[in-house]
Amino acid sequence: MQTKRTVFHSRVLPYFLLAPQLIITLIFFVWPAAQAIWQSFLRQDPFGLKATFVWFANYTRLLDDPDYLNALGATFVFSVGVTVLSMGLSLLFAVCVNRVLRSGRFYTTLLVWPYAVAPAAAGLLWWFMFNPSVGIIPYLLSFLGYEWNHRLHTGDAMVLIIIAAAWKQISYNFLFFVAGLQSVPQSLTEAAAIDGAGPFKRFWTVVFPLLSPTTFFLAVINITYAMFDTFGIVDATTSGGPSQSTNILVYKVYADGFIGLNLGPSAAQSVILMLIVVVLTVVQFRWIERKVQY
Amino acid sequence: MASIDVENVGKVYSGGVRAVTDIKLNIADGEFIVLVGPSGCGKSTLLRMVAGLETISEGEVKIGSRVVNNVEPADRDIAMVFQNYALYPHMTVYNNLAYGLKNRGTPKAEIDARVAEAARMLEITQYLERKPRALSGGQRQRVAMGRAIVRKPAAFLFDEPLSNLDAKLRVSMRGEIKRLQRRLGTTSIYVTHDQLEAMTLADRLVVLNGGQIEQIGAPLEVYHAPASTFVASFIGSPAMNLVKGELHGDKLAIGPAMVALNGFAPTSGAVTVGVRAEDLRIARDDEEALPFHLEYTEELGAQRLIHGTVGDQQITAAVSPEIALSPEMRVAVDTKRLHFFSIDTGKRLPGNVPAEAKLAPVEPVI
Repeated sequence: MQTKRTVFHSRVLPYFLLAPQLIITLIFFVWPAAQAIWQSFLRQDPFGLKATFVWFANYTRLLDDPDYLNALGATFVFSVGVTVLSMGLSLLFAVCVNRVLRSGRFYTTLLVWPYAVAPAAAGLLWWFMFNPSVGIIPYLLSFLGYEWNHRLHTGDAMVLIIIAAAWKQISYNFLFFVAGLQSVPQSLTEAAAIDGAGPFKRFWTVVFPLLSPTTFFLAVINITYAMFDTFGIVDATTSGGPSQSTNILVYKVYADGFIGLNLGPSAAQSVILMLIVVVLTVVQFRWIERKVQY
Repeated sequence: MASIDVENVGKVYSGGVRAVTDIKLNIADGEFIVLVGPSGCGKSTLLRMVAGLETISEGEVKIGSRVVNNVEPADRDIAMVFQNYALYPHMTVYNNLAYGLKNRGTPKAEIDARVAEAARMLEITQYLERKPRALSGGQRQRVAMGRAIVRKPAAFLFDEPLSNLDAKLRVSMRGEIKRLQRRLGTTSIYVTHDQLEAMTLADRLVVLNGGQIEQIGAPLEVYHAPASTFVASFIGSPAMNLVKGELHGDKLAIGPAMVALNGFAPTSGAVTVGVRAEDLRIARDDEEALPFHLEYTEELGAQRLIHGTVGDQQITAAVSPEIALSPEMRVAVDTKRLHFFSIDTGKRLPGNVPAEAKLAPVEPVI
C-alpha cells in the first residue's frame, strides 16, 4: 500500500488537530461509560441521598432476576428476527435492482429513503399502520380472520417491533448488497450460465458465496443495530409491553434507570450491553475478516 | 463435434447502437477460426452471440444443424474460455472443473474420471485441491481451459484468453491451445486483437472492422493477398506500407520515382499501393529504384527495420543488418509483390495474387 506520509515538525500540531475528535469522544463516550461502570457498583438509597459501594451485587441480582432473563430472551428473538428479515428483504431488493439496469438508480434512491427517517418517527409510522383501532393493517388482517392487537398479544407486539426495526435497516443493507453484487464479475455468472446452472442455482452457488464477506459484515452490523439502536422504535410503539414481551435490553436499561430511577442495576445492565458490543466488534474485526475469504 | 453456421447475423443494442452487420460465416467441423480486429470491431459481440450471452438481433446461428437463436447458453453444447478466466474463486480447481458436469447430473465416477483426464492433459493434477487465487496466471489459464475440455462440448469459444498473460507465457500457451485443439478436433472460435496470435492459431482468419467482415481466408492468403487497405495494415508486422501512387500505362509513379510494372497494371490513374517491408530491398546501382531518405532504424536482431520517406510518404523496409546504411539510399521493389487498392473504397484491385497466397496450409504433425 502506498500511503502518503505526512511529517509534522511541531509536536503539538498533531495533538491539536486530533483534539476536536478526542474531546468529543472523551466527553460523550468515555466519561459516561466510566460513570456507568462506577455506578454499576453502587446502590442508591430511595431518596438519592447516599450511595453504598456493593461490588458485584447489582450484577448477581440481575442474573437471578426473571425479568432480566426475559429481556435477554426477547432481545435474542428480536435481534435475530430483525437481522434475518431486513437482510433477506434487502438482498432480494438488491438482486432485483441489479437486474434492472436502466432504472436501477431510481429504485436505489427510493429504497435508501427510510434510512433518513428518525427511529421514533419510524416507530410512530408503524404504530399508526398497526394501530388496532384505526390502523390499516389490522383492518386488512381482520378480513383474513386474524384479530391483530399488539396491546394484548405478545406475539403481535414482537412482530410489530421486528417489522418496524427491520424496515429502517433495509436501506443500509440494500446499499451494501448492491455494491457487493456489482463487484461480482459478470463473466462469472456467464460462465456459470454456460456451465448449465439456472438463475437460482447461479445465485446460490456462485453469487451468494462471493457475497459472504458483505453478508457477514451486515449480520454483525444488524445485530448491533437491533440490540442498541432500537430504543426509539420500542418506545414509540409498544413501550416494552404487553407484559414485558418486548422489553428488550436497551429499553429495559431506560425503563429501570430513568423511569424506575433504579440507577445501580440499570448501570449494570448498560455495562453488560457494552460488553456485548465489545465482543461483537472483536468478532467482526478478528474472526470474520479472516475467515470469510474465498 | 459440430459445424457452426452464422447466417446474415447482425446485432443492434437497445438504444440503436449497431455492433455487428450482416455476418456470414460457415465454420467446418473441427476447424479453428480466429476472429481478429481492433477493439470495438464487433468480434467479441459476435462470439457472445454464438455463445448465447447476447441476443441475436438479425439472422441465424446454427450449431450442427440446429438453429440456436433461442437456445439457452447451457443447452448450446459449447464451452467458453473468458479473458479474465472467470474461475469461481470460492471453489477448488477440482470443483471449478466439475461444476458444469455436476449441473448436468453427470454421475460422480464419470466426473472424477473426466476431471482427472483433463487435469492430466493440462498438467494441473497437483493443483486440483487449490483455490484459483493460489495459482499463477498460466495455471489459471490452464484451469479455464480444463473447464472447457471436461464438458466435451461441440465447440470451444475463446474470448481473448491470452491477453492477461505476459509475453513469454502467451507464446507457450498459444502453442498449447493449438496442440490441444488439434488433438481434440473440436470446432473452435477464437477472438483476439493480436494479429500474430491470429496468424499462428488460425485455420482460417476472419478480419473484422466496424462490425463487418473485411476478409475471410487462410492466414497466408490474408497475408499475401489482403482484400483491403484495412486488412493490409492490420495483418503483418511491421504494417504493410501504403503509399499513394499513379498508374501511367505500364508505369507506376510514386512521388518523384517511376517504376516499370512489366506488363501488370490493374487499372490506370491514382491508386493506393501496398508493399510489405520485406519486399523492399536496397537497390543495386544499375536498377530502377525509389529514392529513400533514411530517418531512423529499429533493430530486430535477425532483421533491421529502416524507416524513412520516399518523396513525402512514409516507408518502412526490412533489410539484413549487415547492409551498410547511408542517409540517402535507393530502394528497389519486386513489382510482382506490389498490392493495388482502390483509392476510393480501399478494396483490393483484381489482378496479381502472389503464388504464396495459394500455398496449401501445412498439415499438422500430431
